[in-house]
Parts: sequence; structure tokens; C-alpha cells
Amino acid sequence: MAMEVTQILLNAQAVDSTLRNQAEENLKQFQEQNLPSFLLSLAGELSNDDKPVESRKLAGLILKNALDAKEQHRKHELVQRWLSLDTSLKSQIKACLLKTLSSPALDARSTASQVIAKVAGIELPHKQWPELIGTFLSNIHQLPAHTKQATLETLGYICEEVSPDVVEQDEVNKILTAVVQGMNSSESNNDVRLAATRALFNALGFARANFSNDMERDYIMRVVCESTLSPELKIRQSAFECLVAISSTYYEKLAPYIQDIFNITAKAVKEDEEPVALQAIEFWSSVCDEEIDILEEYGGEFSADSDVPCFYFVKQALPVLIPLLLETLLKQEEDQDQDEGAWNIAMAGGTCLGLVARTVGDDVVPLVMPFIEENITKPDWRQREAATYAFGSILEGPSPDKLIPLVNIALNFMLTALMKDPNNHVKDTTAWTLGRMFEFLHGSALETPIITQTNIQQIITVLLQSMKDVPNVAEKACGALYFLAQGYEDAGSSSSPLTPFFQEIVQALLTATHREDAGESRLRTAAYETLNEVVRCSTDETAPMVLQLVPLIMMELHQTLEAQKLSSDEREKQNELQGLLCGCLQVIIQKLGSAEPTKYVFMQYADQMMALFLRVFASRSATAHEEAMLVIGALAYAAGADFAKYMPEFYRYLEMGLQNFEDYQVCAITVGVVGDICRALEDKILPYCDGIMTQLLKDLSSNQLHRSVKPPIFSCFGDIALAIGENFEKYLMYAMPMLQSAAELSAHISGADDDMLEYTNSLRNGILEAYSGIFQGFKGSSNTQLLMPYAPHILQFLDSLYMEKDMDDAVSKTAIGVLGDLADTLGGNAGPLIQQSVSSRDFLSECLSSDDHLIRESAEWAKLAISRAISI
Amino acid sequence: MAPHDLRRPFKRPAISDQQRRRELSLQRQAQNRRDAQQHARCLASTLIYLHSPHPESTSEPQVEVEVEVETEPEPEASASEIDIRQASKLKGSQARKWFARQLMLPEWMIDVPDQLAQDWYVFARPAGKRCFVVSTNGTTVSRLRNGSRLHHFPSALPNGARNRDASGSAQSYSILDCIFHESDQTYYVVDMVCWRGYSLYECTAEFRFFWLNSKLSETGACDPPSQYHRYRFSLVPVYSCDQPGLSAAYTGEAPYVKDGLLFYNKHAHYQTGNTPLALVWKDENCSQYVIDTDSKGQIPSQQLVVLELQDNGSLTTSDDPPVVFGCLDGGFMQKSGLCSGNLLRFAIGNGGLSFADGKLEKADLHYLGKSNRARAFADSYSKVMFQYMARHSPIRYDDLIGSISSSIDQENKPSNVQMDG
Repeated sequence: MAMEVTQILLNAQAVDSTLRNQAEENLKQFQEQNLPSFLLSLAGELSNDDKPVESRKLAGLILKNALDAKEQHRKHELVQRWLSLDTSLKSQIKACLLKTLSSPALDARSTASQVIAKVAGIELPHKQWPELIGTFLSNIHQLPAHTKQATLETLGYICEEVSPDVVEQDEVNKILTAVVQGMNSSESNNDVRLAATRALFNALGFARANFSNDMERDYIMRVVCESTLSPELKIRQSAFECLVAISSTYYEKLAPYIQDIFNITAKAVKEDEEPVALQAIEFWSSVCDEEIDILEEYGGEFSADSDVPCFYFVKQALPVLIPLLLETLLKQEEDQDQDEGAWNIAMAGGTCLGLVARTVGDDVVPLVMPFIEENITKPDWRQREAATYAFGSILEGPSPDKLIPLVNIALNFMLTALMKDPNNHVKDTTAWTLGRMFEFLHGSALETPIITQTNIQQIITVLLQSMKDVPNVAEKACGALYFLAQGYEDAGSSSSPLTPFFQEIVQALLTATHREDAGESRLRTAAYETLNEVVRCSTDETAPMVLQLVPLIMMELHQTLEAQKLSSDEREKQNELQGLLCGCLQVIIQKLGSAEPTKYVFMQYADQMMALFLRVFASRSATAHEEAMLVIGALAYAAGADFAKYMPEFYRYLEMGLQNFEDYQVCAITVGVVGDICRALEDKILPYCDGIMTQLLKDLSSNQLHRSVKPPIFSCFGDIALAIGENFEKYLMYAMPMLQSAAELSAHISGADDDMLEYTNSLRNGILEAYSGIFQGFKGSSNTQLLMPYAPHILQFLDSLYMEKDMDDAVSKTAIGVLGDLADTLGGNAGPLIQQSVSSRDFLSECLSSDDHLIRESAEWAKLAISRAISI
Repeated sequence: MAPHDLRRPFKRPAISDQQRRRELSLQRQAQNRRDAQQHARCLASTLIYLHSPHPESTSEPQVEVEVEVETEPEPEASASEIDIRQASKLKGSQARKWFARQLMLPEWMIDVPDQLAQDWYVFARPAGKRCFVVSTNGTTVSRLRNGSRLHHFPSALPNGARNRDASGSAQSYSILDCIFHESDQTYYVVDMVCWRGYSLYECTAEFRFFWLNSKLSETGACDPPSQYHRYRFSLVPVYSCDQPGLSAAYTGEAPYVKDGLLFYNKHAHYQTGNTPLALVWKDENCSQYVIDTDSKGQIPSQQLVVLELQDNGSLTTSDDPPVVFGCLDGGFMQKSGLCSGNLLRFAIGNGGLSFADGKLEKADLHYLGKSNRARAFADSYSKVMFQYMARHSPIRYDDLIGSISSSIDQENKPSNVQMDG
């Protein structure tokens, strides 16, 4: 049944494109005509040591792609396809794969490892390959080194692929034993040790029970720590990776080892090669992440029953850790600021210092200040930059009381440096540090302002001047201005200290967007983002100037739409710019739309604006579509019922957006815009509802649409029902069964992980919002009896949600509100039903005494509505 | 298995502006959805009582506002809501006049209503100045019963201070009916008239209290004073007027000094001016001021009343329709320089008040002079009557309790009859 595929596979990698296309076509046909034979042929090719390694590798790759895909829907199809294949065929393929692990060809072994893991990923959860792990481990000690290496690598991939709950603890023990023995110094082959170390990294998630056992944990930790001292760089690097993973997965078990780990990491940071040193720093960054999370969660208060206590590892390591990190700051690379992908020890060290500051707060300051004072005026740019970066890094975490006096001294120095320092790297970091000062130490919440009447002029002058500097410096200056503006967002509706500079700032930002080199270092994006923030935080005084921006930005958008004959690269840039301009108009519309007088003036541009937005849909860029949709939503909200006149033209793009499964973000935003339009048009949306509802129902039935869009679609049913009232009647027969089956599915989800629970709750919320909208929409109509048949199921849904006890607050609030809406709309007819439901008693009384005022509010409403329904 | 990428964001904000815009849009949509939903709920609750007969819905006086615009009749729109928006533009004396007419003024309890336990709420009235508190456009103003300004201050009410408030436009209004309690410098909120631009005039007391209870605390208005929140606001515990409720209001602890009990009919809308659907009652146990005092704080030997002089010389109360207490002759008016509209003070002489068929027949009035200029209204009939009764034969707490239990007895009667059948 297997076929000879070597030549085709080689041709498929040929330089000659005709040959290549022909071969690809052949493979496709073969797969379509006879899948079992196709798969078996590939497995045979991979396992055959007489074949060229190139064809074997490609055979394995195609096999792998026949088992897994990135896209969820496709992935599911492939899994089902594999499961439905003949068992003996699958056994043959699996035998070929296992055999390949003994091949002398490294590439063939490695490819086979990955394919085996994919098969295991499908079969183990179905209990279909129970002997797999046993087979691997039974004779691992007798295997030749290269096979042992491949076996360990495969185990690593399997652990990466399958979830820990499908592997029995007994097998986990065996895997860990094999892996840790492979890492041990008694293993003489470095390839085996490396494969074992990498396998451990993936197996750590399986080792919870073993990490709870002191002896086993000690053993694993000892082997990992020893591996960090291996003469082989890759083994050291991989061993540190394991330490990083352990620090986040088993933080609570670290205490006995932290002193040793500290010594090991310190040595690595100082002496080892960069890939290892980076992992060593990452260990401390990861410990900081853990402690920040713990401290945030418990607010520093630990009771005996707190899940994980904070061990203050970072605080204890501080006196030695800080000098270590400061040392790394001096190891900058030239031009790292121009290189988007750069990541080096200085960057990692500075990032870690920032995390340390967030973890320990004030304690970091006295340890870092001497370094800053000593270096900030040195002739060597590296020292000045390191000192500035250190200062910028510790601005988040310590208290304002501690920092503000320092910032007041530093501010002037920084402003001068930003103007006068000869080094771009120093200026880049200086502008970034100014941004951090404004981000964390400027705003209405702080008692003593660092920006005052006296210095604001100078600060703004320097920042605007700096926007003319090289792109990476200009971008940081924009960022600093962003936070400077944000700090005045609470200034109130009439007057802001920025008002005298408003015109100048806007002008400078627009100039920056027009720079020839604005495409570098995301300067253009940063300039628009800052413009947006300046507009968001502007006050009534400057509304006329914001109004003047409208025709200006519209003109720019117009120009991008007029550009002809662009290369694909240029077109991409145009689309990006269109997105930025739509984003900017969105912010302006929201700002001006919030006050009647300005809304009135800018609405005179509405026709022209809408025409431009519709033209953006002609582009193929998902981001541009998304932004155009967002700005149209904002316009609809501002325009209210007047938006009706755009509907005839806009409708087809709305429908297009709802059909965009591929770019699901566009679809999701379009669903939100439907809600905006419902509220703006109310019953004037009726003529479009048939189309919209059809599309939404299709979306819900689709397997291809990303699941995150489904909850908002249900909410959107509610928006539509509320807008068109009893006219929703004709959709009831479609919408209600859909809601009902989704409700049944979402009511019980035992054993789901956090992500699933979060998703389920958002789904529940959507379903409940739909019910609320439908009930309220029908309220007061003569047709409320149409909803009566659905009431028992809805009440049952509420009851089961209550019993499951895994609702979040948002769902509780919506759910209890639905109870009220049901009672309000159905009145006395539903009285007996309501009285029978658990929700109307226990759930209601629980909500009435909730800490969350939104829940209490909905519960009060429900109580009122129920008491009426029952008393009638 | 290649080493894992461990790059962290470097010199970058954690979140892009596009993501921020997306999230702000989602927040706005979610907020708008909530608002639409709540609006629907609020409207729905009003509808329920729209068709049931209420005395106030038939005789409700059209609110007169000294505003030039908006005379087009719009039967369905809430007149009060339109007025509020226009009133926001009023200044000085016009504003005073307008606000003076906006408070719902309880009548004094001169007989005990039926169905007290079923249809009424009761709460202890805090001693202090009754006022309207209006928050909009970043500031908060409180106005006394006569329309004059009490405080002008920042508060945590919606749009009540110049700090960022994401929800709703800055122009939207909130209006609370309050009593300012001097000793703890607290506004006790007794009713909610308008919230974030939604009028609650047409809502029942039951709904208004529900809304008040759920909305006020979420704003932070009940928090202790701070820079942007000069005075604390506080809710007043409201009880159903059954025996435990009445007793809680009457004898229960309250954080404020009590000045009598207020009774609100659950089904009544917020009606401006005097209304029999809100009642005030006092005795010595729950109020320091049962019997009116003079400017020196002394109880005068004779009861004092303030009445309004009409064109034809008659002296009337502030009720609608007014109740006539007596008449001045034209000669006296001319001699004393009085003209119609003047508020005049009288003492009730030893002749007292005499009644025929439950109606006032004759009052023994002695002219004292013009009333204080700060007064905006004459006394109401119920006020005069309550004061008169307080001096002669007051309604006692036991009478109230008695009325509740007797109404329960009455309720039981028909069911007994049915049992026999």
C-alpha cells in the first residue's frame, strides 16, 4: 500500500519552480485520493535509512502537518481524521516512527520525535496509545547514545504536547526518573544530557507531586544546579531555563535552594557567556514577577490560609543583587536603540532592576543612587547612559515621597542632557526616563507636583525640540509628552496647564508625523498616539483647536485614499497610516461629541467623514478595517438618530465586517458597532435587522469564527431587541433555540481550566444580556405572552448557574437582572414559576447582600419586580 | 527544542494606543448598554402605575417656570425633565424662584391615612435644613426651600466636581432632595429627583428609593469628605410602615438628631409643592420642635400663622386650592400699605378655630405684621391644623400604632367570613 515518494519529495524542494509546483501538486493529489496510503508512504520514507535525509525530513514534516494545525477548527478536523483511520494502519505508521528514533541520521530522529509527540497529543487523551511511555522507558539504559538522545527529546516533546492530567502519576515518575538520570553527571554523552535537560523543562509541569516530596525535589534541584555548571554552553543555558521555569511553577518550594541559586546566577551573570547570563538574569526577573503578583494579590497581608506566601527572596538578595544588575547596565551595545530585535545583558539587567524596584519599593533607592551619582556626569557615554537607565528603572515601585525630591533635582539635569548630550543613546534613555517620571510621579493624585508653573514651559520646549532629533529619540520624546498630557486628564472641564501650549504641541506632533524618517523607530505611530492622548486630556478651552484638527486629519486621510499605483510595501504603509488617522478621528469624535456645542459644530463634517471611512473599506488591511469600524461606531454614538442617513451606504460594509471570520477582530468590532447603531437608531434600525440577524445567526453557527466573538453576538441580540421592541418577535424562533442550547452548554463546565471558565462566563454574560434585552424590549407590548414558553428554561438556567457556584460578579449581576426583567415583563403570569425557582429566593438574597454595588442594584431591581409580579 | 525566547518589552508602554482605544470603545459600549437597560427598567416601572388612579395625577399643577422657551405641548414627555434642563441656565433670583417650587412638600398629618402599613414608608426626619442638591458640570449647589443657595461645593455626586467622570456627559444633571444636618455637616438624602440626566419625577416613591439606595453609594458620595468632596452624603433608613418599621423609625437609633417622622406613599410620584401623599408627624419624643417657636426660640403663648393676602382681601394658605382663613377689609389694607401677594403674620386668639362638617368655619385671627422676607410661602392648611392640634389634642404615637393594628384586623375580617361560607 505504501508508495515510492522519494523523488516527489526531493522535487518538492527543488530550486526549479516548475518542478517544485508539479511535485506539490502530486503530493496534494496523492493525499486527496488515498490518505491512508499517503500517510503510510510518508512514515515509510521517514523511517528508511537508505533514503536521502532531505526527503525523510520533508516526509516527517508533511506527516506532522497532517496531524496538527494552528487554526482551531482545522486542528479539530485533523484530529478527528486521524482518530477515524484504521487501527492497523495507525499501528504501522507508529511503528515506523518509533523505529526512526534509532536512525543514525539526527534530522530524521528529530523529525520523528516531533511527529510522535503529535500522535501522542491526539491519542493519549483518548487512551489510545497506552503502551507508548512504557515502551520508551523499559530499556532506555541499554540504548545506544543517539537513540537515548532521541527518546529523551521525544519525551520532552510529548510533555510539551499533552496536558499533565492524561498521564498517570506512575508514568510521570518513570519519565522524570529517565530524564533526571539523563541529566546526571554520570551520563557521559553531552547530546543525551542536553536532550534530557530540555526534556525536563517541558516535564516540569508534570512534576507537581514530585516537587512536593522533599527527597525527590532535592534530587531534581541538585541535578539542575549541577547542570548549570556543565562545560557545555547549551546545557548550562538549558539548565538555567529549567531554573526560570521552576521559579514560576514552584516558587513556594524555592526557599531551601535560593542561596545556592543566588551564587550560581551571580557567577553566571558576571562570568558566563551572554545566552547563559541572560537566563540567569531572567531567573531573578521571574522571581520578581512572582513576588509582585503575590504582593498585589494579598496587599502585603498574609493570613494562614493564603495560597502562596511571599518569601521576600528579592528583598533578601537586594544588597548583592543590585550591584550585580548595575554592573550589567554598563555592557550596552552600540545602536541597540535602533534595533527592534535587540536583547542583551544590559537591557535584561535594566529590565530586571525595574522589576526589583516594583517588588521591594523604597529599599531599592539608597542602593542605586550612589551608582547614579557617580556615573551620570562621566565622559564615557556608557556610564552616563547606565546611570540614566538605572534612574529611569527605579521610578516605578518606590513611594512618591522617596522619589519626588530626587526627581526634582534630576529633572533639570535630564532636560539639559536631552538637549546637549552628544550621544544618541544617552538622549534616548534620558527622554524615556522623563517619560517614566511623568508616568509615575505626575498627576492629580500626587500632592506635590513635579511639573509647576515655573518649569512647564521649559519641559515642553525641550520635548518639542527633541521631537526633531533622530527618530528613536523623537519617539521617546513623544512618549514623555504622552504621559505629561495624561497627568492632566483630571484637570477638569475648563482649564488645563497645557492650554497655553496646546497649539504648539499639536503642531510639533503633526510635524513629526510628516517627517521623511517617521517610519523608523515607530515615530509616526508614537506621534499620533501622543496626539490622541493630548486630545483626550484637553479641556473646553482648547475645543476650538481640536475642532480645527478635524478637517486637517480628514485631508490627510483623503490623501492616503487618493494615492495611486503603490508598491505592496507602500500600500502596507498607507494602510497603517489610514488606521492611525481613523484612530485619531475616533478620539476627536469622542472628545467633541461629549459636549453639545462642539458636537454640533463637528457634526457638520459628518457626511464627509463618513464618505472617507467607507472608502477605507476598499483596502485589504484588517487593521485599517478595524479602525474604520471603530471610528464609525464612535460617529454613530455621537450622531444618534441622524446616523440613519448613512445606513443605506454603510450597510454592506457592516455585513462584510460581520462575515469576516478570518480577521475575527474586525468581526468582533463590527458586532460592537451594531450595538452602537441600535442605540443610536432605535427602531429606525428595523429595515436592516433581517440582514443583520441572519448574519449574526450564521456567525454563531460557524465553527470557523473565533469563539471570542460569540459572547458579544449574544449581547448584540439584546441590543437589537431593546432597539426594535416587539418587532423582535419574528427572530424569536431562531434566536431563542440558539440561546437555549448555548445556555445549556455553558451551565455546567466541570473541570475546566481558568481560561475556559473565563470564556464560559463571558458566554453566560452574553446570553443573559440577550435575555434582558428581549424581555425589556417586549415590555409593555401586547405580545409578552410570546415569551412565556421560554420562561421555564430561562429560570432553570438561572437556577443551574446559581447551583454551579462558578459565576463571576459580572454574570451574577446580569443573571439577577434577568430575573427582574422576566418578572417585570411577564408579570403575574410568571409569578408561580418565579416562586418555584431557587434563584428568586437564595440567589436573590445572596445578591442583595453582595459587596458589589452593581450586583446589589440589580438584585434590588429584581426584588422589586418580583414582589410586583407575585402580588398581582 | 530551541531555547525559549525570553525578551521582555524594553522601553515600551505595556499597552498600545490602539489596544487602549479598542478597550475604551468596548467600555463605552458596555456602559451604553447598561444605561439603555437601566433606562428601560426605569421606564418600565413607571408604566405599571401610569394607569392606576392617583389623586395627584389628575390634579397635578403644571409647573410654572419663568423660562421663555418650550411651550409646545408634549403630552408624553416629562414636563419636569425639560424644565430641569432649562432651569440649569437660570441664574440669580430666577433660579431661586424655580427651585423654590421644585421640592415636594409633605403635608402635616392631621388624620391617619388608611392602609398605612400597606402603602406607606416611614422614616425619621433628620433635623436640619431641607434643600435641593444639584450636581452638574463639575460642581454641586445646594438650595434651601426658599430657593436661596446654601453651599456651593465639589462633591462625588455625578459631575459634582471637576475631576474625570467617564460616565455620561458633563451636562447631565443629578438632583437630590436632602436635609443638611449641621452637627455632623452631612447631607441626609431623603429622595432622588433626577440622576445622571434621568428624571425620576414620574417614578413611584418605591422606585425612587430603590434607585437612591443603589445609586448613591456607588459614586463615593457617602465617603468621608476629601479634597473633591466637601460634604458627606448619607442615606436615611426607610421602613415599611408596619408595626416594626414604625417603631424602628420612632424609637430606633439614628446617626442624626430626629425631627419628627416622614411618611411617604409608596405609589406616589415626586410631586412638587404640597402633597397629601407625603406626611410629616411629630411629638416630643422624636422632635425638639413640635410646637413652633418664635425668633427667640420661645414657644409663644398664642399660635402664629402666616397667610397670603389675596386681591379680594382674603387670607389664604399656600394650598392649591387655597383655604381661606379670614378676610381683611380694604381700608385696613390701604392704611397698612398691604397689597395682594403679601405674606402676613397673625396670632390665633382665644377664639381658636371653629369647624363645621369637618371644614374650617371661623378663625380668631389677630394681625401682627408682615412676615420675614425670606419666607416664600404662606403656611399650609395642614401645618396650621397640626399646630393647632398639637396645642389641643395631638395625634399620638399610640394612635398611629393603633391604626396599623386595626387595619390588620379589618383585613382579617373578610377572610373569616369566607371561611364560614
